[in-house]
Amino acid sequence: MEKRTTATTRTSLVTVLSKDKVPIAREQDVVLFRNRVKEYATKIGMGIVNQTKLITAASELVRNMLRYANGGDALIEVISKGRENGIRLTFTDEGPGIADVQKAMKDGFSTGKSLGLGLPGTKRLVSEFDIKSVVGQGTVVTVIKWKNG
Amino acid sequence: MKKDIAKLLQRKKKQIIDLWMKNQLADASLREDLMSNEELLEQSDELVNALLSKLTDDNLSNAESTDFDDVYEILSGISISRARQGFSPRETGVYIFSLKDALQEIVQQELRNDPVTLYEVSIKISKLIDSFGVVTFETFIKGREEVILRQTDEIAEISTPVIRVWDGIVALPIIGTLDSARTQVVMESLLQEIVDTGSGIAILDISGVPAVDSLVAQHLIKTVSATRLMGAECIISGIRPEIAQTVVHLGIDLSNIVTKSTLASALKHAFTLLQLEVRRKQKETSTLKSNI
Amino acid sequence: MGHFLLVTIQVDLYDRLALNLEADLVQMVSKTGARGVLIDISAVSIVDSFMGRIIGNIANMTKIMDAETVVVGMQPAVAITLIELGLPLTGVHTALNVEKGMELLRKKILVDGEADNSDDEDQPGDGAE
Repeated sequence: MEKRTTATTRTSLVTVLSKDKVPIAREQDVVLFRNRVKEYATKIGMGIVNQTKLITAASELVRNMLRYANGGDALIEVISKGRENGIRLTFTDEGPGIADVQKAMKDGFSTGKSLGLGLPGTKRLVSEFDIKSVVGQGTVVTVIKWKNG
Repeated sequence: MKKDIAKLLQRKKKQIIDLWMKNQLADASLREDLMSNEELLEQSDELVNALLSKLTDDNLSNAESTDFDDVYEILSGISISRARQGFSPRETGVYIFSLKDALQEIVQQELRNDPVTLYEVSIKISKLIDSFGVVTFETFIKGREEVILRQTDEIAEISTPVIRVWDGIVALPIIGTLDSARTQVVMESLLQEIVDTGSGIAILDISGVPAVDSLVAQHLIKTVSATRLMGAECIISGIRPEIAQTVVHLGIDLSNIVTKSTLASALKHAFTLLQLEVRRKQKETSTLKSNI
Repeated sequence: MGHFLLVTIQVDLYDRLALNLEADLVQMVSKTGARGVLIDISAVSIVDSFMGRIIGNIANMTKIMDAETVVVGMQPAVAITLIELGLPLTGVHTALNVEKGMELLRKKILVDGEADNSDDEDQPGDGAE
């Protein structure tokens, strides 16, 4: 049966189908976390290129978290919105935070040789990208990759 | 007095269905070519049944009530199938709004002597059916969008044929606009073919691309960069005069990319890179002769 | 002409392993006097900026030790992702497979040899392995 769409207030809602929380504390967690993301991406039938983009983005974000905040928590969720399935990753740390998020999202900020944040590049790899940061409290980065996006 | 409305309508179910059918059959836009009257009756019957069985005096004024989940489900199903069958939005709209007329007519008959209640009930019914109408349209458009999406997928699939033009040379003619989703498909199939055939040179022919703006150029540059990253060379061919003009006018830098106006000259360039030479057979024999 | 080193990366490397690889490889180049290094990454499914930097480092380090590095066998999805990420691995030579990588190395070393020492011109390289 077709999925029901009701009045606008109820449409385009993101439904969480499954959740998995992975603590990130050591460098070894990077590859472990990547494998976990791959599992979920494969499960929803994401294509190889989109999978690679998502996992690479995840890898960058986990590294940032380790580098700047000594780790944190990563949440993997399988979500669906309307007819589209996807993976949502949420990275939460209690690090120093980013003073100028807008600047950090500009190409050329702390990238290249210094293995910087690389946030703009990471953003290009995913369908949706959101970052919230409070100096002294921490940073939350949320990315979504739709199965066909 | 008030609380009898739902029950009243339930009692009058048969009449409502008959009236609704009558309204539908009387409408000029009836599509007997797309759906038989029996099917229509069955559909309408199912909907009215679902609606009346869940209707109470409370939810009559609350279209958002979860009581109507079944109704919405049926409506969505009807709407989507109509979209696929090729009904027009108007025809689908008339279908659901003619139910309103039927309901109104019934309450009008029953509440003739109580104009205040009649007015209230009438407004409520109107709102409820309007809300159903909104859902119907939403789903209808979604159904249409699905058809379009499916077609887009099909086009994307058939429009990226990678051709092996020579041992070590693959070509991919791009027909149509190059957006980012399409670029990914193009890149993926081109690079995969390069790996599968071990080809060192790829030719991307854009003769069939209607226009090149900075975004399209960016996609082309990305494709070339990715090809190079794999260790193969990428030539872009099919640069029409108009494309050359816009590229320069927009200030797009293609200087790092080998570009050729025709696929033939791209192939010639590829031969040079592979240190291949194509000669006329006759000429070859004549030079041989003269050598002897 | 000297010989080549071939390194095949079989798994997604942990960071420390990748750093070890960098150190080991540079040591090997010095020990063997290799003129070329082939890094086969056909089994690698993810190259992030860290891994990209290691590859770039190896290329630059071997370069100043007078050896060329060629990365071979990159997966299409990896190439597409690196471009999107904005990491085109500038300065790193790439080839489709080991065979083509060797061909490229021979050509590079030959060209270098010609430029450095024109006397060697009539002795085409045949010692590659």
